Amino acid sequence: MQNANNSKPVIKCESVYKIFGPNAKKLLDDSNGKVDAKAFQEAGCIVGVNNASLEVYKGEMLVVMGLSGSGKSTLLRCISRLTESTSGKIYIDGEDLNAMNSKELIELRRNKMGMVFQNFALLPHKTVLENIAFPLQVKGMATKESVNKAMEMVELVGLKGRENYFPRELSGGQQQRVGIARSLAVEPDIWFLDEPFSALDPLIRKEMQDEFLRLQGVLNKTIMFITHDFDEALRLADRIAIMKDGIIEQLDTPDNIVLNPATDYVKKFTKDVPREKILKIESIMDPPDGNNSNSLKISKDAIIQTVAESILNSKEPISVIDPKNNQVVGTLYPSKVIKVLFGH
Amino acid sequence: MINNLKNSRPMQFGLLILVFLFFYFIIPHSENNYLWRFPPLFKGFPLFINNLIYNALYEWFPLKVWDPVFEMYEDKPIFREVTRAISRGVLFLIVFIREIFLGGAQTIGVFVDGSWMSANKWFTWPALPWTVVVAGFMLIGMQLQGIRLALLAGIGAFYLSFFGQWQPSMQTLSFVLITAPICFIFGLSLGIWGYLNNKVENALQPILNIAQTMPHFSFLVPVMILFGIGDHAGAIATIIFATPPMVRLTILGLKKISPEVVESGLMSGCNKFQLLFKVLIPTARTDILIGVNQVIMQCLAMTVIASFIGAKGLGFNLKLALNSLKIGKAAEIGICIVIIAVVLDKFSLAWANKQKNYFANLNFFQRNKNLIYFVVILIIGSVFAYLGSLYFNNINYLYLIPYEKGFSISPLIDSAVDWVWETFFYYLNSFNIFLITNVLVPMKNAYLGMPVISTFILVMGVGYIIGGIRSAVIVGLLILFIALSEYWDRALITAYMATFAVLISAVIGLVVGSICAQNSKSTKFMLFICDFFQTFPSFVYLIPVILLFGITDTSVLLAAIVYATIPATRYTIEGLRSVPLSLHEAGSMSGVSRLQRWTNIEIPLAFPHIMLGINQTVIFSLFMVILGALIGTEDLGQVIMGALSRSDGAGVALTLGIFVSFMCLAVDHLIRTWADRQKKLLGIE
Repeated sequence: MQNANNSKPVIKCESVYKIFGPNAKKLLDDSNGKVDAKAFQEAGCIVGVNNASLEVYKGEMLVVMGLSGSGKSTLLRCISRLTESTSGKIYIDGEDLNAMNSKELIELRRNKMGMVFQNFALLPHKTVLENIAFPLQVKGMATKESVNKAMEMVELVGLKGRENYFPRELSGGQQQRVGIARSLAVEPDIWFLDEPFSALDPLIRKEMQDEFLRLQGVLNKTIMFITHDFDEALRLADRIAIMKDGIIEQLDTPDNIVLNPATDYVKKFTKDVPREKILKIESIMDPPDGNNSNSLKISKDAIIQTVAESILNSKEPISVIDPKNNQVVGTLYPSKVIKVLFGH
Repeated sequence: MINNLKNSRPMQFGLLILVFLFFYFIIPHSENNYLWRFPPLFKGFPLFINNLIYNALYEWFPLKVWDPVFEMYEDKPIFREVTRAISRGVLFLIVFIREIFLGGAQTIGVFVDGSWMSANKWFTWPALPWTVVVAGFMLIGMQLQGIRLALLAGIGAFYLSFFGQWQPSMQTLSFVLITAPICFIFGLSLGIWGYLNNKVENALQPILNIAQTMPHFSFLVPVMILFGIGDHAGAIATIIFATPPMVRLTILGLKKISPEVVESGLMSGCNKFQLLFKVLIPTARTDILIGVNQVIMQCLAMTVIASFIGAKGLGFNLKLALNSLKIGKAAEIGICIVIIAVVLDKFSLAWANKQKNYFANLNFFQRNKNLIYFVVILIIGSVFAYLGSLYFNNINYLYLIPYEKGFSISPLIDSAVDWVWETFFYYLNSFNIFLITNVLVPMKNAYLGMPVISTFILVMGVGYIIGGIRSAVIVGLLILFIALSEYWDRALITAYMATFAVLISAVIGLVVGSICAQNSKSTKFMLFICDFFQTFPSFVYLIPVILLFGITDTSVLLAAIVYATIPATRYTIEGLRSVPLSLHEAGSMSGVSRLQRWTNIEIPLAFPHIMLGINQTVIFSLFMVILGALIGTEDLGQVIMGALSRSDGAGVALTLGIFVSFMCLAVDHLIRTWADRQKKLLGIE
């Protein structure tokens, strides 16, 4: 879905810094953009985000992955302007976010942004329906209209029949469904999710990820998704940004990150990843070979695992096609599959 | 040697005590020796306050006001106009509520012409019949929690009427019903302001500290001078005293909200106003309502004290009964105050813990059923009251049981008291004399014989050992302010009484708490007892002790000990019970006995929390010692009481109030610093 050439990015960050602590701004100016976390710490400042630049395009899901303290949540909060970035430019739909006054910011949040939180952050004194209708009512929508709209959202996230429950009466997974519904109620273009499934049990998490992919299939939002779980990132992302100590170590598609980790740090994550479950045929194919006699054809978007048996049974190269127009886009040598999966 | 001293706390304290004793015995007791007593440099401070108040009231910023009677312009200082306006406003509200419970038409008289009122004698404003009020109490209990609270409230209110205390009770109630909401509004606004603005919070903190540790009495004289005498003055003094906990709990509650909830509000597109009223305050609801509970309790605690400047109600009657040593009557009134306190406490706690239920699917009747019941009962009760007026000749028992015309058990209590006195007088008296001659008087003399320099060495030394040079300076400055006044000896007497009470309460609290914390049943029981006794307004404790020991220091100390044991016990239990189960299990697997577990695991871990309890104990006993002036002591409290009848009393009362507050704050600082460091050391937080 990434379409870098012919559309403008929805979210664009240029050299964003976030330094916590007194006179952070001055220290940053003095350092000429070369921020050394240790030196800053000695000066009493903590580096949250260090020179982050990224672009997110319409309909794309960018997953920011990092361990705790890596600055991923801080980066998200800079982009939603829940915290002010210390330096750098952030553009939302081409508009300078940091130049907005509070009224414009409120308008932006009321119409274009939705956010889901790790610990759900539901209002304890409101029912499911009232929680979901809250952003609409804050906007000034009439009660009846907002309730109707909220009811649609309740159905969308599969909570029908529980709309009059209070958050305290729901399980974690159900509460997060409410959180998701609330963030979607205003039909935002941009959807921020801050570790939405981290507080859930593994089984529920898996279920919620499936649900989330289903929703995204229907809604096609521009998404920034924060997680500390590399498997989750691989499952969901169009592109992944891996962060460490406030720096984006690598920003690429899941396939490229697995196949070509840019740094040793990234390599640590990719080492034990089951590649056959992640990689698509596209990422290991060679350019088309004109005289290919094999009748077997596979889609470039197929995950290796799903077609591995037929590939390995075939002695000869296989044609890879684009499922959209059935044209041959590459050739796959079975030996390459073995090398990618078992060789290091 | 020096290295040892650096690392060992006990050795440091030992050395400190040696130095203290050295100076204690070496300094000659002579008024000219500045090491024995500091010169009273701050002698003029009370006068300075007096002048300040006088200037504000009579000189500062006069306004030309047209006087219609004399037909000329008159100079009126703006400050006095403001205080008078506040007085009138508060008084109007109190009288208005009072007329609902007790009948009258004064407040309407404010709006209509006086001559119309006197021409139409038929015009009165009937009170709610007491039966309706009792039913109303029950319905509130029903609405807030259920049948148990309803019964408690109903029986309590019935008692008030049955024992002929209806009028003063309703006066007290109307007093609370006005002061508590005002405190709530002030406290909430200040709390929100403090939450939103760090500078405001930092400025509020010391003011709250002083306001909360100043003895109730010391507000009275300044308030009396500024606002006059009467219910409104009592109410204003109460407001000053009862607002701080509300501010504190509001800030605390708002700060406890998880940042994600605030962020979710912001991302929903709330503006500041919406964020505050739709997200922050509802989320902090429980803590804010606990603040309301505190406010109500403080208001009731002030009823007796406010009666010194003219507040009517149970407190006034209790004061009269105590002054004339009518123990039976005092006990009856005391029970009334306790009943009102317990019922209002349970109401406000039930309100705080009540969770909102979904009601959109209920119809109008279901939603407002208790209100409808009340209207029905109001009609029925009024009809009965009217019929009663035809049936009864002079007292309409269905409308209002007049003061002192109800059932009374005071003769019974009085004869019981007499019996106790006759039977046990010998033992009580000999115990009393033994205590006074062998313990209290020597202790008092020891305190009074302490040179000022050794007091400072002791206090600042403890500060230095616990919190370094900073603590030593803070504590030293707080005490220095007292030492430079004329009242150092009085302060020493107060200190001696408080020390005695604290020592005994702490030991009792520690022992009882430790025993009760052994299993969950006794824990629950003891915490219930603590809760129950804590709802008693402080002066109620004075009633039974006078009964036993008459008007002596022993009575005051006994009351202080009972009152101050409550927090010691409670914090001990809480501290011990909060030791994690895993540590108990680890201890058991190491094979500790129960006693070893207590000494090696529970006590060390719980000690910081227990010390916070001791902190409360110190404040509670100081308060009670000062309150002891009600029945006669010779410490700071007595001077504060005495200031009530002096025209220049405001300065003295405020200054001495600040002294007591500073004593509290010094102890508070030491204990808190120690507990914080200890907690950090243990990694609890």
